[in-house]
Amino acid sequence: MTTVGFLDRSRIVARSGWSRWLVPPAALSIHLAIGSAYAWSVFKIPLEKSLHISGTASALPFTIGIVMLGLSAAVFGTRVDYYGPRWAMFVATVCFCTGLLIAGYGVSIRQYWLVVFGYGVIGGIGLGIGYISPVSTLIKWFPDRPGMATGLAIMGFGGGALIASPWTNSLLNAFGRNSRAGVANTFLVMGCTYAILMSMGWLLVRVPAPGWTPADWKPKPHKAGSLVTTASVSAANAIKTPQFWLLWVVLCFNVTAGIGVLEKASPIYQDFFPTAPTAAVLASAAAGYVALLSLANMLGRIGWSSLSDVLGRKNIYRLYLGGGALLYLTLAVTTNSNKVVFLVSTLLILSFYGAGFATIPAYLRDLFGTYEVGAIHGRLLTAWSAAGVLGPLIVNAIADSQKAAGKHGPDLYISSFTVMIALLVVGMICNELIRQVAPKHHEPRSPDDAVLALEADPDRQPERQP
Amino acid sequence: MSNPAAPAARQPDQRGHPALIALAWLWVALPFSYGVWQLFTKITQLFST
Repeated sequence: MTTVGFLDRSRIVARSGWSRWLVPPAALSIHLAIGSAYAWSVFKIPLEKSLHISGTASALPFTIGIVMLGLSAAVFGTRVDYYGPRWAMFVATVCFCTGLLIAGYGVSIRQYWLVVFGYGVIGGIGLGIGYISPVSTLIKWFPDRPGMATGLAIMGFGGGALIASPWTNSLLNAFGRNSRAGVANTFLVMGCTYAILMSMGWLLVRVPAPGWTPADWKPKPHKAGSLVTTASVSAANAIKTPQFWLLWVVLCFNVTAGIGVLEKASPIYQDFFPTAPTAAVLASAAAGYVALLSLANMLGRIGWSSLSDVLGRKNIYRLYLGGGALLYLTLAVTTNSNKVVFLVSTLLILSFYGAGFATIPAYLRDLFGTYEVGAIHGRLLTAWSAAGVLGPLIVNAIADSQKAAGKHGPDLYISSFTVMIALLVVGMICNELIRQVAPKHHEPRSPDDAVLALEADPDRQPERQP
Repeated sequence: MSNPAAPAARQPDQRGHPALIALAWLWVALPFSYGVWQLFTKITQLFST
């Protein structure tokens, strides 16, 4: 094993007396920081004014950052599992904060490519590694409540934008919103502050000692036909299973369906309920609606994901996908006839969107075991990148074509909602098709088992180590 | 990397470090509370119309 000094997994094995309740705040410190990426829009106008760039150009660092998130999570996932969470959190801290500092330097010397490279590429690598860094550790510390544990961390990613959006605005106001020095100083302060916040994560995180289980917890007896495995599947083998690709479609379409509302939340509200004393009051109410959706997104991550520990992962995705389809149908039928129905429906859709992200790691644990769950999760996040492109594309293309056809008000969105229903139904079918992973993909439990497994399937690849 | 074949050994529940636990949760709860507070100030705009 290549040594990485004090960052190495062997240096962070918890001693007796270490509380597992120290691990969620360590995870949250990373996710609250990297979740600030979702508040990028606050930088758009100041960058456009201070560097004289277009709206498309000012969106580029965020777009590249999200693509890099999916790619780096997929590429470095195995390494994250191998070296452990302290290494991953440290690398995420260095990449994310260095990315912010490079972006600030780029603004100060009027070199926009440095902003794109710093925030999008370097910061994006930090996003991907940081996002998956605590997942497998949390699942190992909370075998009794994996949905709650990962839901808590991934809720932090949603919470990061809630903090960053008003805070970035305050910094820009203090330093000068439309000056290069003002924007550069904002990046500088954010980079330094997030480095301090994230450091608590890699200093505090610990992995449980081998064989550790919580007191008073007994693993449920394995039932025949149950999706929950006691075996281990490597990341290399997981991507050869139909279960992985079915889950990929489930995540991709669940995220796309959420983006159906999220992408155009403010215009949707204003087109559905245009009655207000003034345009400013309507815009203000729409901003309040967007904030309410953020809250639903965040609470869905912890609430529904925790409930999945009780109901089971397949059942909870039946709710996200089937319930989501019914809610979109409700919106398409009732349109703007009842504001309460509209609010409840869209809030639930957004809560299912957030919950889809938060419950996936526990679903992967059920199907593939804890062995390389971080790496498998990293590979699955490419579905998020795909949905990030697919969702806005569908919603904007349909809305534009409906507008060109002379439609207005809620009619602009009915076709989008119908597409979302279709996607959710396809996702639901994929969820129904998920079965136990075939034993030929399992890691051998003993040297004798390894020989038997290779005899049974000579094409099976052994575990790949970086 | 953990050994998938490692035997499960039960250990006593670990409830040490109460001050460290409180500090760690405060470290993340304070910025999070600021974000949630700011969010609620925006949400009230929805119901003021």
